[in-house]
Amino acid sequence: MKMVAPVLTVLAAIILLWYGATVWLNSQWTYDQAARAGQEVSFSEVVVDTMNQKRPVLPAPHQVAEGLWQGVFGQKFTSKRSLVFHGWITLSATLAGFALGTGLGILLAVGITHSRAMDLSVMPWAIASQTIPILAIAPMVIVVLASLGITGLLPKAIIAAYLSFFPVLVGMVKGLRAPDHMQLDLLKTYNASQGATFWKLRLPSSMPYLFASLKVGVAASLVGTIVAELPAGATRGLGARLLSGSYYGQTVQIWSALFAAAALAAILVVVVGIIEQITLKRMGMVR
Amino acid sequence: MTAAPVIKARGLNLTFQTNDGPVHALKDIDLDIEKGDFVSFIGPSGCGKTTFLRCIAALETPTGGELSVNGMSAEEARKARSYGYVFQAAGLYPWRTIAGNVKLPLEIMGYTKDEQAKRVEKVLSLVDLEGFGKKFPWQLSGGMQQRASIARALAFDAEILLMDEPFGALDEIVRDKLNEELLKLWSATNKTIGFVTHSIPEAVYLSTKIVVMSPRPGRIHEVIESTLPRGPRPLDIRDSEEFLQIAHRVREGLRAGHAYDE
Ligand SMILES: Nc1ncnc2c1ncn2[C@@H]1O[C@H](COP(=O)(O)OP(=O)(O)OP(=O)(O)O)[C@@H](O)[C@H]1O
Ligand SMILES: [Mg+2]
Repeated sequence: MKMVAPVLTVLAAIILLWYGATVWLNSQWTYDQAARAGQEVSFSEVVVDTMNQKRPVLPAPHQVAEGLWQGVFGQKFTSKRSLVFHGWITLSATLAGFALGTGLGILLAVGITHSRAMDLSVMPWAIASQTIPILAIAPMVIVVLASLGITGLLPKAIIAAYLSFFPVLVGMVKGLRAPDHMQLDLLKTYNASQGATFWKLRLPSSMPYLFASLKVGVAASLVGTIVAELPAGATRGLGARLLSGSYYGQTVQIWSALFAAAALAAILVVVVGIIEQITLKRMGMVR
Repeated sequence: MTAAPVIKARGLNLTFQTNDGPVHALKDIDLDIEKGDFVSFIGPSGCGKTTFLRCIAALETPTGGELSVNGMSAEEARKARSYGYVFQAAGLYPWRTIAGNVKLPLEIMGYTKDEQAKRVEKVLSLVDLEGFGKKFPWQLSGGMQQRASIARALAFDAEILLMDEPFGALDEIVRDKLNEELLKLWSATNKTIGFVTHSIPEAVYLSTKIVVMSPRPGRIHEVIESTLPRGPRPLDIRDSEEFLQIAHRVREGLRAGHAYDE
């Protein structure tokens, strides 16, 4: 409860700033319109007008809120104009990609911690893969897969996995290497096998690291999916919603989709956080 | 002494190669430890006590000399799971309960579930921790955690118990109590124990044999055979004339060993 006041204060400040920016950015259009009609406008008229333009440069908060409300509750969930519909399309690809990326990241991390050769050969490539801008690679993947007849969820999931495997890989390598010398020596005195060392020591030690990187990974997955929905042709998903909004200058639509995506990201991170809490609590690692 | 010694070191040397050049941690160590002995290693910091214990446990490889454990090489003895090792810190796994921690070696060594439960219960009561099996390590005091780590080393049938300053971080009273318990345990099981300590009274109270070491390079300065009776000893034996005499000899040994430096 102590956190509510500061959070609300910051939120209020942001909304205030936003309204200010709305007036400032949208007033030009109002003045232009008035000049064309040969009318004089007072400042208060300008303010009112900037709040309610059809295609504002920056929509006012209440316009975005209304756009969001309309998008979510204004129509059937199955409608092409429903944010729930598009959100679900994006979410399903995000989750598939996240699962794929997490699996790949964990597998590579296990390989890297158990084989010096893999450590030397895989890690540089993994790092290099993240230096290529996703915006450059996403359209290529989509086009190549489309030419093979693969469309829909899978190409997007692959892009999402491409972004999410890396944090998982890095976190997991760190986690699997977290056990100190003493803990490893202890198992050595039991003459424990590599397998036993992995299951009984390395894997449990890595859990806090894994969850920290899962939170980053799930957000990255969402970004990847949205980017993958941007290239021409996509008509479904929050990314497509962003793109079609910008084609037609529907700024309210763009911002509504943006906020829907942000809310989705927040929900995903919170869900991972809850699973983390439960798991670590069960393991006795949270007091 | 009829039987062959359990641990036998001859001309044992170990030099660590470090960035600042070689460190001669152990030099020409000759030592016999008989079955059922309680041997304490005492000496100033850095004289190689831990290193020697780790050599016995095959956690460190000597660079020269011979070392046999139960007639095997240290490495073979490690593979035969001949010892329980108690580290200076309890080192319990935070994600396992106390019982889970004690069970760890048993799981790895493939004991049956029934046998595991039986042994966990037995060793936990041995170290006075009945009823704490379901607690997590952070719910226990430092002394209780250390007892749990001893229980973990006792859970499987290792003939040799190697303990590196297990009570170093504990207060005097807890330490006294654990010393007494350890002696009882030792006399009940006939294990061979190698015990590192910085405390002269602790070494004298516990041991049948006290190995005084000196630093740079680490070597054995003197081996003192205790004349105190074997088996459980009352705590107030520490006020006896005999005890004080042995303690005095150890102190003299430590002082003389240190004089090499000057
Ligand atoms: N892994 C290592 N690499 C390099 N040098 C080491 C290593 N382990 C120990 N040494 C050196 O070997 C010497 C003996 O160390 P050791 O830990 O055996 O001392 P100790 O008698 O146990 O001391 P303390 O009472 O402080 O625990 C020290 O000089 C130490 O710096
Ligand atoms: Mg030491």
